[in-house]
Order: sequence, then C-alpha cells, then structure tokens
Amino acid sequence: MEFNFTVTGGDFISAGHASSEVKKVLQKLNVDPKITRRIVVALYEAEVNIVAHAYSGTIKASIDTEKITLVLDDEGPGIPSIEQAMQEGFSTASEKVREMGFGAGMGLPNMSKNADELNITSDVNKGTRVEIITWLNNKAKA
Amino acid sequence: MTVNDIITKLNLSVLGGEQGLKKEISGAYTCDLLSDVMGNVDDGNIWITLQTHKNVMAIASLRDLSAVILVKGLQPDADMLEKANEEGIPVLSTNEQAFEISGKLFQLIHS
Repeated sequence: MEFNFTVTGGDFISAGHASSEVKKVLQKLNVDPKITRRIVVALYEAEVNIVAHAYSGTIKASIDTEKITLVLDDEGPGIPSIEQAMQEGFSTASEKVREMGFGAGMGLPNMSKNADELNITSDVNKGTRVEIITWLNNKAKA
Repeated sequence: MTVNDIITKLNLSVLGGEQGLKKEISGAYTCDLLSDVMGNVDDGNIWITLQTHKNVMAIASLRDLSAVILVKGLQPDADMLEKANEEGIPVLSTNEQAFEISGKLFQLIHS
C-alpha cells in the first residue's frame, strides 16, 4: 500500500502530520511497536527538516510485507555537504527554528540511528531527496 | 503511579488533555530540545519543558508520552492545548523551574 503527503516549508503547525498518519497505519498493521517507533522518529525528523529548510515537499510511504520505504522529496536550498550535515551538532537552522527547540543538529543523526537504510541525495538550490528504508521483520541490521 | 497521582503531590495545575489523567508514568525526561526528546525519551515518560508550542504535543503523541509539564508558570499556545485535548495527553503546569520540579518528581518516582 502507498500513502502520499505534501509538506509546506515553514508550516510548523502541521509538522508531524505525515508521521502521525504513518504511525496509525503501522499500529493497525500490528507492526512491532519498537520498529514503529524507529520509523516514526526517522520520519518525523525528515518531515521537520522539510518544514525548517525547504519551500515544499512530498512524502511517499510504501509499505509491503517486508519493509516500509519512505521517500521525501523537497524543493529547497539543498545540502552542500551531506557529510557535514550528518555530524551531530551541525545545523543551519534559523534563529526562529532554534527558539522552538529544533535546529540542534540532531535531526540527521537521529534519522541515521533509527533507519535501517538512509540514502540522501541533494542538489544545491534545487532540493533534497531522503529515502528511509526500515525492515518490518527484524531481519535487517539490529 | 499515574499522572493523577503526581498532580496532587506536586501541586500541579491541569491545563488540558484531562482524558489522559489515568495514564501510567514510566519515568520523566527534562529537556527543551525537541530532537533530543524525540530520539531519547522512553514511552510513558512525563516530559518537563519550557516549550509551549504545538510541536510539543506532536512529539508527545508520536512517542506515547504520559504527560507534559510546563515549568515557570508558562502557558501553552492555544493550538498546543487543542492538540493536547485531541490526543488526550495532559498538559500540566508548575510555577517552579525545571530543576526544582524534576528533583521533586525524581524523588516521587524513585521513593
């Protein structure tokens, strides 16, 4: 099954909507709560990154019996150095975003810790694609 | 120990999310960085914070937290409260600062 969501840059009021909907689906499918938690943490961070940094984006969640694949595509400034962005504590978030308690440079590390596979590709001044794959049967990496 | 139990013992006021007052508390987490809470909190924890916007409730709901305590008498934004009621996650308030209320809650939970 497949679910699609749109995300608007700067719209912190709706941030987390896709994560919440995906969580409900996974709970209905009786996915192990520990796996659901990892998926939700990774997706929430990715969703907030679009809100905090990009102009707009889409989220596609594809679920089959083996895995869930989340693909987040945004139109935005892109990431000049993904290696640098992955470092804990590195952030380019605005002052406003930091005051809300985001932008501590923990988002991408959180995603990396909670995803079985995380693929990020980015074009500066165009946008970023984030792919998060999580296996549903504990058979991937622990 | 439930959310209700600590309200009287710590003299907290209930601002919203009353449907969740019977939730069991597994522990607590004191932090104002949302990603740190998202990544490290445990299910059923109470979250002690000074953040008062709607995203607090998004995290509380996504991570199945038992309640949120706002410190220093801070008031939640209207949409935070609305979300708390929608999700049935209590938002509580204390006039104390984070260190004081965390210390008291720690003693309660670990006594």
